[in-house]
Amino acid sequence: MHSGRIEKFYYLMKLGREFELAAKEQYMQGNIAGFLHLDIGQEACSVGAMQAFDKGDVFTHYREHVLAIARGMDPKIVMAELFGKVTGVSKGKGGSMHLFDPDLDFYGGDAIVAGHLPIAVGCAYARKIQGEKAGVFAIFGDGASNAGAFFESINIAAAWKLPLIFFCENNYYAIGTRIGWVSPFEELYHKARNYMPAKRIDGMDVCAVYKAVTEAKEYIENGLGPYFIEAETYRYEGHSMSDNGKYRSEEEMEIFKSRDPIENLKKHAIAEGLVAPEYFDEADKKVQKVIEEAIAFAADSPEPPLSELYEDVYCKECTNVIP
Amino acid sequence: MLYREALNRAIDEMMASDESIVILGEDVGRYGGSYRVSEGLFAKYGPKRVIDTPIAELSIVGNAIGMAIAGLRPIAEIMTVNFSLLAMDQIVNHAAKFRYMSGGKMTIPLTIRMPGGVSRQLAAQHSESYETLYAAIPGLIVLAASNATYAYYGLKTAIALNDPVIFLEHELLYPMEMDFKEVKNFDPFKAEIVKEGKDLTIITYLKMRYDVLEAVPKIEEELGISVEMIDLNSLRPLDMQTIAASVQKTKRVVLVEEDHKTGGYGAEVIAKISEELFYSLDAPPLRIAGEDVPIPYNRSLELASIPTPDKIGQRIIQWGRKNGL
Ligand SMILES: Cc1ncc(C[n+]2csc(CCOP(=O)(O)OP(=O)(O)O)c2C)c(N)n1
Ligand SMILES: [Mg+2]
Repeated sequence: MHSGRIEKFYYLMKLGREFELAAKEQYMQGNIAGFLHLDIGQEACSVGAMQAFDKGDVFTHYREHVLAIARGMDPKIVMAELFGKVTGVSKGKGGSMHLFDPDLDFYGGDAIVAGHLPIAVGCAYARKIQGEKAGVFAIFGDGASNAGAFFESINIAAAWKLPLIFFCENNYYAIGTRIGWVSPFEELYHKARNYMPAKRIDGMDVCAVYKAVTEAKEYIENGLGPYFIEAETYRYEGHSMSDNGKYRSEEEMEIFKSRDPIENLKKHAIAEGLVAPEYFDEADKKVQKVIEEAIAFAADSPEPPLSELYEDVYCKECTNVIP
Repeated sequence: MLYREALNRAIDEMMASDESIVILGEDVGRYGGSYRVSEGLFAKYGPKRVIDTPIAELSIVGNAIGMAIAGLRPIAEIMTVNFSLLAMDQIVNHAAKFRYMSGGKMTIPLTIRMPGGVSRQLAAQHSESYETLYAAIPGLIVLAASNATYAYYGLKTAIALNDPVIFLEHELLYPMEMDFKEVKNFDPFKAEIVKEGKDLTIITYLKMRYDVLEAVPKIEEELGISVEMIDLNSLRPLDMQTIAASVQKTKRVVLVEEDHKTGGYGAEVIAKISEELFYSLDAPPLRIAGEDVPIPYNRSLELASIPTPDKIGQRIIQWGRKNGL
């Protein structure tokens, strides 16, 4: 992996981590409310995947701040959305769970578990008949892999050979439910193996994620059908700010923290002489600045006016005819 | 007693007295329920009767129907009303219809608990009130528990009933400390007269009970009237007797609901009142409901999208002045 790429990985993961820590703090200060799902621990998945899948459509669940930023969404408008401000990417109407930006081919921010998978399949179908080269990327959790919508989606995507990457972040828990209690096995790529190429990778290693998604991208772009990646990962925080995550053992937490994606990338890059140690300090400083600016932007932005309440229910033309 | 404790006690006592009762749902077991309603039950009754399911609402309800057919009495928990849409087919096409389609041979004793309503900034996919959907389905019983007493007795009765019951709860009520009253001869289908009065009937249910209660003193003072207030408790069947007695006395009726106004549950109540009590009314009925928009995240917009004590008070005072009060 060349050093420029590693620097980018580091910068984006660090930005993601600090963004989430800042969001947590702002939540505790009362500037953010509702369900706030943090990606801390899982940054390698979000960053590695979006760096590899740099063109094409992205469908995601609610744990998506870092994914959105890695896709190119400005941290300012993500933070403003979390604050519920009108300058937020969804005008303050969606909040943390609903970041949408069609200009980035980034379609949510869906908080119905697995609800976005059939939608991703439909989009992949359209891309196929439109003759688009870039396909579709759908990210979801271990919990989502138990939903009917998931099984329908792998079946249809495979039956119709659609250009779709299924990216399953297996962090072993769906809120407080351990995957092994509700699935016959914890290695989830088995679920897709008979339908498409399916791989289990180290989701704490950004390079491994990047490599796997790059391979998958090539595969779908060649019209060979869908591809399944299971990335083993872990969330350091509770499911959301309303959950303390205490149903997991300290021991398990420590094992994953020893595999921390950011620390390990840095250690590895310095040891191999791929990136100069000074780079990291500079990157950290830049990250701090971006985060401070994001918070200042969010804090200084106005609330949506009450006239926004009935805006966006329908398109402009329809709004004129529907009272 | 906390509202959620009332629910927990109801389930616990029923499970202790009847081995065929099981509960199933996401995070109901080891985790204790996302609103802690099933806390302690896993330790007490074990994994055979307190079942942690995957995130698969269609199967939660479908499996529960199968269990009921086999002689169990399942209580299915759907984490939030919004997610019950994934189970809609099982609820509507199966649970609600098996008795009728089989000429009365099939019995589905099934309770489906689900919390809903606008909590605090959970946005459009986590804030709905879909009672109007379920209350429109023949074959379902729909109960709505606004308080600890009804939560306790209502849920116990729901579990004991031999037909599918949709048992609605509200997310903001779980941590509320509430009065608990012992009730003899509890009737789950009877509306509660929360407060007696003679000039105006306000009908409501679920969490709006508290918003209305907060608004009532100002309404009474400003209009110089006394308000009678009804909490419906049961949405299907609807207790028209209690409503009729009240409306015939007060001759004016307001309905307050949190769900969207268009096609909201209140529309049905007001339609029935218009059909059956038209000549008792001295004023056109008033509906105060949620706006016809998906629930927004921003707090001010969110509050603008639902009735609040202030808005309820203002609207009723305005309406009252225009209508001879
Ligand atoms: C259909 C549906 N059912 C239940 C929920 C509640 N819920 C939200 S997230 C979640 C757990 C999802 O776990 P997983 O798919 O592993 O993703 P993770 O949160 O671990 O990233 C649950 C049960 C929901 N949002 N949608
Ligand atoms: Mg998970």
